[in-house]
Amino acid sequence: MSAALEMKEAAPALIGTSGDSLREAFGRALAELGAERSDFVVCDADIAGGTGTHHFRKAWPDRFYQFGIAEQNMMAAAGGMAATGLIPFVTTFAVFALRALEQARLQIAYPRRNVKIVASHPGLDVGPDGASAQALEDLAAYRALPGMTVISPADPVEMRLATRAVLAHDGPVYMRSGRSNARVLFDDNHEFRIGRGRELRPGTDVTLIACGVEVARALDAAGILAAEGIAARVVNMATIKPLDRAIVERAARDTGAIVTAEDHNVIGGLGGAVAEALAEGTPCPVEFVGVSDRFGESGEPEELAEAYGLTGPHIAAAARRAIARKRKG
Amino acid sequence: MSIEALQGLARSIRRRSLDAIYHAGSGHPGGSLSAADILACLYGREFDLDAIAENRDSRARFVLSKGHACPALYATAASVGLAAADAANGLRKLGSPFQGHPHVLDLPWVETSTGSLGQGFSAAIGMAIGLRHQGNPARVYTLLGDGELQEGEVWEGAMCAAHYRLGNLCAIVDYNKLQSDDLNENIIGLVPLAARWRAFNWAVAEIDGHDIPAILAALDAARAETARPSVIIAHTVKGKGVSYMEANPPWHGSVKLSDRNMADAFADLGPQDTETEEWRHVGRA
Repeated sequence: MSAALEMKEAAPALIGTSGDSLREAFGRALAELGAERSDFVVCDADIAGGTGTHHFRKAWPDRFYQFGIAEQNMMAAAGGMAATGLIPFVTTFAVFALRALEQARLQIAYPRRNVKIVASHPGLDVGPDGASAQALEDLAAYRALPGMTVISPADPVEMRLATRAVLAHDGPVYMRSGRSNARVLFDDNHEFRIGRGRELRPGTDVTLIACGVEVARALDAAGILAAEGIAARVVNMATIKPLDRAIVERAARDTGAIVTAEDHNVIGGLGGAVAEALAEGTPCPVEFVGVSDRFGESGEPEELAEAYGLTGPHIAAAARRAIARKRKG
Repeated sequence: MSIEALQGLARSIRRRSLDAIYHAGSGHPGGSLSAADILACLYGREFDLDAIAENRDSRARFVLSKGHACPALYATAASVGLAAADAANGLRKLGSPFQGHPHVLDLPWVETSTGSLGQGFSAAIGMAIGLRHQGNPARVYTLLGDGELQEGEVWEGAMCAAHYRLGNLCAIVDYNKLQSDDLNENIIGLVPLAARWRAFNWAVAEIDGHDIPAILAALDAARAETARPSVIIAHTVKGKGVSYMEANPPWHGSVKLSDRNMADAFADLGPQDTETEEWRHVGRA
């Protein structure tokens, strides 16, 4: 028997290509949308198994474009494809979306091309691949591009709805999916609208504003705080840009203290966006939960979240600090 | 359009390019002058100008990947009637659509924004894929600088276009041998350039980029090549047509042109052709 055949028989299982990860939800949603619309295509840079787009490739091979390990060309070419009327989904890992940031700037954002950049493997949620693969800067970088909509859904249900919404939206979008299995937070009645934050839990003492995997952890924090008699409002801010300023202002007025939580550098992402909005509107104490301007490392996602201060107890501690600052006021 | 008429168009492109750079107070004359004959052949013969003016789906797509040579593109558009005759004299001015690098949302006949080297080439590849995906037989053309070929993205794109057998794509390299700081070969060498493109599975033509019949023949050959992307390596002279600029490095970056510079340049280029205001009509004949 040839070595190649032996290898085929002993093919290893790819880790994490199934389950309730956001990338899986994205890939399945894309395949589903393929049956409804034929005006979009999917661009991949040799990681379809990792981004979830293998589902689409299997269902719609003629609308799947392989660009190889060449993200810069893929990103700029997607701009060119959009110029001819197609709607490309550019899919890669978030760190490689950073690699092609300038192509996204000049060929997508500046000409206002209808391209959807969907990046998996953001943040410490990447886990064991370590710091080189953990994009902690993508929300800040893409948020700084004029006209770019930036989205980070919280669970597989919302990811599916968001995929549908970004395809319906006319304009460039950067959206995070996620590598690890995510807690399911929403049921089939969940609604998603670009640019709209959503209150998941009422509260009057402090507001926890989170996106992505941090939404589930913010809900944990609200539970911890409730046991101490602190009523924490929880807002799922799935759209980082354009930010739902009204819900932020309301939180500042009603609760007078805010905590932001994101699997991202504390600089320039959701926390930055919320702080900018508050500085222009209704300033109040803000505590930032995220990675404190440093790189990550290898480890399991939950271990990393604990080590880098992203879990529910850390968010709860930040809430207590924000409330204390409010009282000192 | 006759060979003589195309030569006249190229002269008009050169005069208008320098005029625009003179009024702007800065700009890249060298790479504009080296590309003038290529642009004359594309807009004077290869393209259907009505289709471009009316933004028809059938129009040929042209991407100036070497976006810094936009004075020549604006001059071409003015000469063939896609832009108002003196419009490019707003080059690089606040509020003018004729920015220091071309922008698609400012100018309806520009296909995409360029200015960061390598990206226009990739965008052209995306257009070629997109058109073919939709069964549109329109062709895509892109003009690259030689220094631009040092960008890794160009070779990502070269692999991609060959892999997809983009017979609807024609790249032209304005091979004037000079880049911002020095000769290509003193910066990062490109030789053997034709062999490199052949090794990437492109159909390669190597011509004198100032020889109008040779440019036209190469464009014909590229159109006939349906199974592979084509590249025309056009050997050119930076600053071509203006004796003091030709092969004289100081004129190849962004420079300011004086009244004396302009008088000398226009003397070299020859008088304004009376036909040039009527290119659009000549082109259609």
